Amino acid sequence: MTEQTQSYLFLAVLLGVAVAFPLVMLGLARLWATVYSPAKPGPAKAAPYECGLESTGDAWVQLRSGYYLYAIVFLIFDVEALFLLPFAVAFTSLPVGAFVAILVFLLLLVEGLVWAWQKGVLEWN
Amino acid sequence: MAWFNQLDPTTQFVLLSAAKVVPVAMILLGLVAYTVLAERKICAAMQDRIGPNRAGPFGIWQPISDAVKAFFKEDFTPDHVRKVYFWLAPAIVMIPALLTIAVIPFGSQLGQQKMVIADLNVGVLYTFGIVSLGVYGIVLAGYAANSKYPFMGGIRASAQMISYEIAMGMSVIPVFLIVGDLNLSRVVGSQAGTVAWLPVLPNWTVFQSPMLALSFAIFLVAAFAETNRLPFDLPEAEQELAGGYNIEYSSIKFALFFMGEYANMIAASAMMVTLFFGGWTLPLFGLDAPATTLFGGLLHIGIFVGKVLVMLVIFIWVRWMWPRFRYDQLMDLGWKRMLPVALANIVVTAAWLWLRA
Repeated sequence: MTEQTQSYLFLAVLLGVAVAFPLVMLGLARLWATVYSPAKPGPAKAAPYECGLESTGDAWVQLRSGYYLYAIVFLIFDVEALFLLPFAVAFTSLPVGAFVAILVFLLLLVEGLVWAWQKGVLEWN
Repeated sequence: MAWFNQLDPTTQFVLLSAAKVVPVAMILLGLVAYTVLAERKICAAMQDRIGPNRAGPFGIWQPISDAVKAFFKEDFTPDHVRKVYFWLAPAIVMIPALLTIAVIPFGSQLGQQKMVIADLNVGVLYTFGIVSLGVYGIVLAGYAANSKYPFMGGIRASAQMISYEIAMGMSVIPVFLIVGDLNLSRVVGSQAGTVAWLPVLPNWTVFQSPMLALSFAIFLVAAFAETNRLPFDLPEAEQELAGGYNIEYSSIKFALFFMGEYANMIAASAMMVTLFFGGWTLPLFGLDAPATTLFGGLLHIGIFVGKVLVMLVIFIWVRWMWPRFRYDQLMDLGWKRMLPVALANIVVTAAWLWLRA
């Protein structure tokens, strides 16, 4: 077993612990709720919490489109960050051409940011 | 260790993983419980109050009594929720929070074992991958509750967390430009000794150059936003949303959200200590080199935990000192200030390295 394989196996064990911990807690809570605690439902208790006011209408309120636009711009920049990390690691041994190439790549994305900015996508009003 | 080497590899692995993973998870959860107490005590001190002091001396049994109370409270599922998601959401918040610590070296070595759960070559990529999973649990909680306040909280959380994730990801790139390795153990190793321009300061990344100090500043602010802490706690803003995505939750499910938030805070602190404050190193008494004795190994773990605690106190201190941002200010800060600055920081650091070489 190489060191790297072993590392991933440790990771798998940690994943097992991390999944088991909340599931055991939830399972115990479920057990407690169904077996031991007396059920005391009521209309006020089961209603959506809105600081004591009667809830009117659907919970699916219309949201502004701004949230969606931020998510779209996010996708581009998240992928960019993923490309930049390998670049950063290999940086010291890169030839001039590669350095210029990554600068062009950065510039294109900055252009995208400037465009989104000018379009008012990043404006919250 | 002779008896250990005689065992077959599978048994060795099982024993090793039990000895590594279980204590780390236990210590993390213990730290979560006592960070909550520390937060209550520190906020009380800042507001000239006493804070919890009934359960044991200085309230040290408070976390335990809180846990027991959370467990025995009625675990109520309102009628209007989407039951399956409602049950899953707390678990999905908790899992990434526990997984983030896997690649962080919390000590040098004990005996032959490196004190890190998984010493991955892609270290920091793994961390960012797991951190970005954190948003799912919160969004799912907001959606599952099928009620207005949680829904708003979930949507706000998603937009805020993805925005600051970019600033966070961009801010650390200068560090890796200089270190040239994504493995966090080697990042820590590169911070041994004292810094070149002022040999009394430790050679921690944050002191190495102004660009890296700027990286740290951006990372710190982004960490507050990622963990939904004040001044960026809009997803749970008590005065507007009465708690946000976790309003409809009670008992142990609520406790899981709460623990997830604090575990994220600890993971963010550990990440900052590893990347910017030298991890387990200390430039005194030869504590920069990996430990050779058992005592030295334990001391390194102690140093790491000590540094993490200092970062946690900063988190707590900021929470009780600062007012909340408005949502447009939050978005402006993330996209129009921190992202351009972080991008410029990358270019400047690269150019500077290029000129120096």
